[in-house]
Amino acid sequence: MESTAPRVVVVTGVSRFLGAQIAAQIAADPMVERVIGLDRVDPPSTYADLLSGVELRKVDLTKSTGNTLAKLRAEAVVHLAVASSPDPAAGGRAGMKEQNVIGTMHLLAGCQQTSTLKRLVVRSSTAAYGASFRDPAVFTEDTEARDVPRGGYGRDILDIEGYVRGFRRRRPEVTATVLRFAPFVGPTAETMLLRYFAQSVVPTVLGRDPRLQFVHVDDALEILRRSVVEDHPGTFNVAGPGIITLSQALRRSGRVNLPVVEPLLQAATRLGGVSLDQVDLFVHGRVVDTAKLCKEFGFTPRSTSVAFDDFIKSHQSGAVVTPDRIDSFLDMIKSVRARG
Amino acid sequence: MDDLLDEWDAKVATGLAFLRRRLIGQYEVDDFGFDAELTEHVFHPVLRQLYKHWFRTEVFDTKHVPDEGAALIVANHSGTIALDALMLCLAVHDEHPAHRYLRLLAADLVFRLPLVSEVARKSGATLACNPDVDRLLHEGQLVGVFPEGFKGVGKHYSERYKLQRFGRAGFVSVALRNRTPIVPTAIVGAEETYPLLGNIKPLARLLGTPYFPVTPTFPWLGPAGLVPLPSKWMIRFGEPIDTTPWSDQADDPAVVFNLADQVRETIQGMLHDLLKLRPDPFQE
Repeated sequence: MESTAPRVVVVTGVSRFLGAQIAAQIAADPMVERVIGLDRVDPPSTYADLLSGVELRKVDLTKSTGNTLAKLRAEAVVHLAVASSPDPAAGGRAGMKEQNVIGTMHLLAGCQQTSTLKRLVVRSSTAAYGASFRDPAVFTEDTEARDVPRGGYGRDILDIEGYVRGFRRRRPEVTATVLRFAPFVGPTAETMLLRYFAQSVVPTVLGRDPRLQFVHVDDALEILRRSVVEDHPGTFNVAGPGIITLSQALRRSGRVNLPVVEPLLQAATRLGGVSLDQVDLFVHGRVVDTAKLCKEFGFTPRSTSVAFDDFIKSHQSGAVVTPDRIDSFLDMIKSVRARG
Repeated sequence: MDDLLDEWDAKVATGLAFLRRRLIGQYEVDDFGFDAELTEHVFHPVLRQLYKHWFRTEVFDTKHVPDEGAALIVANHSGTIALDALMLCLAVHDEHPAHRYLRLLAADLVFRLPLVSEVARKSGATLACNPDVDRLLHEGQLVGVFPEGFKGVGKHYSERYKLQRFGRAGFVSVALRNRTPIVPTAIVGAEETYPLLGNIKPLARLLGTPYFPVTPTFPWLGPAGLVPLPSKWMIRFGEPIDTTPWSDQADDPAVVFNLADQVRETIQGMLHDLLKLRPDPFQE
């Protein structure tokens, strides 16, 4: 494992949590001279302190990046401007697809013209495996999706990985690392899935109890950081080992489960608040093998169960069925028995 | 009297502790979705009623099931719905000294159905596909396979205890590749639970199922037709077949079919022997 930190690092999607955090971490590395953060919008003011060591550039990846990367003499590019759910303020699903697919194409075109480039790190997702009844229980990196995913995010991810494959062929000397992240959890992470879990009453699919996997954001950041400062060519599943079932997750977080028949939940995707990607996840679940990641990076993310508990700790306000209430209920049963 | 009360108090306390663990979600589920605690405390007690009192199941030669490490339990399949698979799980768990869990391989139809898929995963089953079997065997699990598949469960009553084709015998390749012993197993009794007399094909097509069964009680008696007939069950485990001599020939169809035939004949022979022990299907 070679530890040659790149001198100039470009991070896309720096106005969002993951991009801002990793840009700041890399900027703090004395081996790295410059970190340039690209985004089409200015990062929120709350990130001002965090991003003090990062040069910010307003670049819209959906339009050409031109020779920005080449002029910066970028040695590593970290592509995190990949949206997992539509943002109504940024053009909804159409805007999301534009950003994910066209944005990646432009960025990779820019990378190809950058002769100084040594490393490319791309955010992907375990959604790359799609969802089917004929899927194996656990996906390894070489499992291919059986069907094209129904959800927009899953389809975008397949496109993005396709373009990265093309880039790898054209620039074989660049170390390309594709990280297939499980859904993020953590006290500070904000995703559509986590907002869903933060509700007091959580709609689920009747008769399905999917196996879920999460990765703690801190572990995701560590893997990203290592991908930038060390050489880790290849595609890797990034998830907390082990699983948690949806019902178990809801019980642990004290949420009330509202089972809904699948067609109804599917119809609800049109109203927003839940996406087709999510419905598929709630029907099929998704579990990946992390052996390749742990071996290559010499790092094991905390388990899904531990990562999820960390999320619960910071979202206790929405809990309805808390352990205290369960205890008082069980005590009540005991006392009734004692009297009898 | 006090003893009895104490015993009940202890039972209630254990029950409440179980309930608490379940309600706050503090239990383990493996990567396949197998919930050992739920299986042991909820599924098994229900199945055990059928196993013991309804089917009066007798089990022979559990010594042939290894105490630890991977093995493929290969059995005949029958009885319209796959009750035999569930009873086999219980037989392995209850009668074997190591109380092992049998991890079943199920058709994708199982995972298509709501509720059924949920219960299947929680009770330790997974999809019958190479990556899943390899993973289970690699973990050293006991895996249950029914090579006849739907041909076995959906056959006419007149064909009872006649082993159907083994298809491409994928289980043999899996066993060879993983150097796993095969334990041929015969199950007698399941054939008489729902004697299949007819198949309404248009209904099956409509429902997307492999067949729509007509038995002496179903669909004539409605839900009551779902009650299995109380046949007498017997399960025998055969001597394990060592597959290591051919472990590098997993992709040779000649070797695979040869071994599959050997397993098939062994199970067929065991079935005949068991049937001699049980001349009347509904004997005590």
